[in-house]
Amino acid sequence: MTGTSARGTGNADSDHARHLLRQMLRVRRLEEQCVELYSAAKIRGFLHVYIGEEAVAAGVMSTLAPDDAVVATYREHGHALLRGVPAGAILAEMYGHVEGCCRGRGGSMHLFDAGTRFYGGNAIVAGGLPLAVGLALADKMSGRSRVTVCFFGEGAVAEGAFHESLNLAALWQLPVLFCCENNLYAMGTALARSESQTDIALKAAGYEIASWSADGMDVIAVEEAARRAVDAVRAGGGPHFLELRTYRFRAHSMFDPERYRDKAEVSRWMERDPIDTLRTALEAAGQLSAKDWKSIQQDVDTEVDAAVEFAEAGTPEPLEDLTRFVYSERSPE
Amino acid sequence: MKTTYREAMRAAIRDAIQRDERVFLMGEDVGAYGGCFAVSLGLFEEFGPERIRDTPLSEAGFVGAGIGAALGGMRPIVEIMTVNFSLLALDQLVNNAATLLHMSGGQFNVPLVIRMTTGAGRQLGAQHSHSLEGWLAHIPGLRILTPATLEDARGMLWTALQDPDPVLIFEHGTLYNVAGDLADDAGPVDISTAAVRRPGADISLITYGGTLPAVLDAATQLAGEGIDAEVLDLRVLRPLDDAAVLGSVAKTHRAVVVDEGWRSGSISAELSARITENAFFDLDAPVGRVCSAEVPLPYAKHLELAALPTTERIVAAAREAVGARG
Ligand SMILES: Cc1ncc(C[n+]2csc(CCOP(=O)(O)OP(=O)(O)O)c2C)c(N)n1
Repeated sequence: MTGTSARGTGNADSDHARHLLRQMLRVRRLEEQCVELYSAAKIRGFLHVYIGEEAVAAGVMSTLAPDDAVVATYREHGHALLRGVPAGAILAEMYGHVEGCCRGRGGSMHLFDAGTRFYGGNAIVAGGLPLAVGLALADKMSGRSRVTVCFFGEGAVAEGAFHESLNLAALWQLPVLFCCENNLYAMGTALARSESQTDIALKAAGYEIASWSADGMDVIAVEEAARRAVDAVRAGGGPHFLELRTYRFRAHSMFDPERYRDKAEVSRWMERDPIDTLRTALEAAGQLSAKDWKSIQQDVDTEVDAAVEFAEAGTPEPLEDLTRFVYSERSPE
Repeated sequence: MKTTYREAMRAAIRDAIQRDERVFLMGEDVGAYGGCFAVSLGLFEEFGPERIRDTPLSEAGFVGAGIGAALGGMRPIVEIMTVNFSLLALDQLVNNAATLLHMSGGQFNVPLVIRMTTGAGRQLGAQHSHSLEGWLAHIPGLRILTPATLEDARGMLWTALQDPDPVLIFEHGTLYNVAGDLADDAGPVDISTAAVRRPGADISLITYGGTLPAVLDAATQLAGEGIDAEVLDLRVLRPLDDAAVLGSVAKTHRAVVVDEGWRSGSISAELSARITENAFFDLDAPVGRVCSAEVPLPYAKHLELAALPTTERIVAAAREAVGARG
């Protein structure tokens, strides 16, 4: 059941398309800011940015209902933001401040937010997949028609947890959508050097899971594929699998010298920048004026500036609270 | 010669590959990427993809394959990026590597070396910062090494490869950039004894791996206060060098164990128990312990620092033990 969705960008409802453009730009600007703050040593640890892959999170997230659940990896700033976690809470987390979405205990790789059912922020490759299966199991057993979406990279496909999770989800017909962000590299390991079968949607289909692939650089195509899948999952159609073919424009993390791929390859993909692509298409169709674009940019800049201010003004957790949250503060009598 | 811990480790790998054609390195991103901590940088170009073998993200798979290759007559060095990810391979480590010799009645030994990083201090959050070597030291059948010096980084690997049984080498992430002098002819070292890094008469500070620098700093500071601390580097967490530990305590009559693992059920708990069992009447004070706070390691710098054994906390524990003389 593999196939490619290829709806042209110009067909979309123009308000909605402008919304998607804005969503992608929010992620882009927030992360450009993160890179700056990292270089200024304001934030530390490992920092993995999503620049280039924004169409995936923007397209999938826009198909979800507020009570659906999202599970993500350590490259999750964009997922958190588009799921509804405020930019200020995300940045404050990276500052290690108590105003952060995890009170400074998680950092860039471990963003969580109960209010938006955002379940991380997991830095163990493939560690989130079994969690997503369990969240979906809970919904199914409780008779709720909610969807759990799980994002992971193509590197995760090699892990046992991937196979165990797909098998369980299919066996029990659970309401989960697996979204593989295939950006071709797991750190420095190219897909063809880690998988005997590089068609990931085909692999998932082997578990009797309805699987599609879509162009991960085209937000409209991503959204269309995701909407079809989410609707099917919600209607009781069991687990679905999307392979979204995308590319990260930046290094794996701030420590990566990027010796494993050449600059020409990166520039070729950058010509397919999902933000530029949609903007140009909308402009060509007369659906985005210079004024519209300027106002989108201004709004986004204002949001990110405010987030930096919020994070800067934050406070450190008191040291006396170091060992809080190891156990719940509500214990049985 | 001037070198770093990272370069000493790389020299050891290069040396092993050159000396024995059965030796190869495998793990995630050890090749084309240059090693996630740049330990194997350049070796891929030097030895090619057969002997510097990139693996997919499948810890259980390639650790198990390492065990199989060792059974099959090879001498694999398996690199796991961090001890946190070794948990995905724990089944292979415990149920196969550590166990096969015994279950097979002595027929199948597993001459495998596994290297991995451990430890905190770089604000990487809980899933990248834990010190679980003490856990693995719980397992009979494994030998656990914790090189803390340039000599040991350079010398332990080759000896480990001569061991007929599985050896796990833990490299603390904060040590890689430590620079210093290493003898040009530095070579293999033993992997069974502890080493006194600073002799002293008043108290034994017992540690290993990433906390050795902080303990040495503490000893210097204590010397300024007239407390003459002996620093014992365990080097090997399993099997423990009891004689060295008990010998030091017999001399100083006081001990503080410094361990980046959590206190409950830790290697420091084991040491404290052994000292109490075997040297109770030598002791002038209870055995002290400086460990990590019992919390998944937090990201925020001030919280992480507060969770770790620092020079300050080691000095305080030593003072307390000495003060207990009354
Ligand atoms: C179990 C485990 N092994 C290794 C790592 C180290 N690591 C972190 S990210 C990464 C690459 C993952 O690539 P992929 O799944 O394709 O996601 P991407 O980074 O491309 O988004 C690796 C090997 C890890 N975090 N967890």
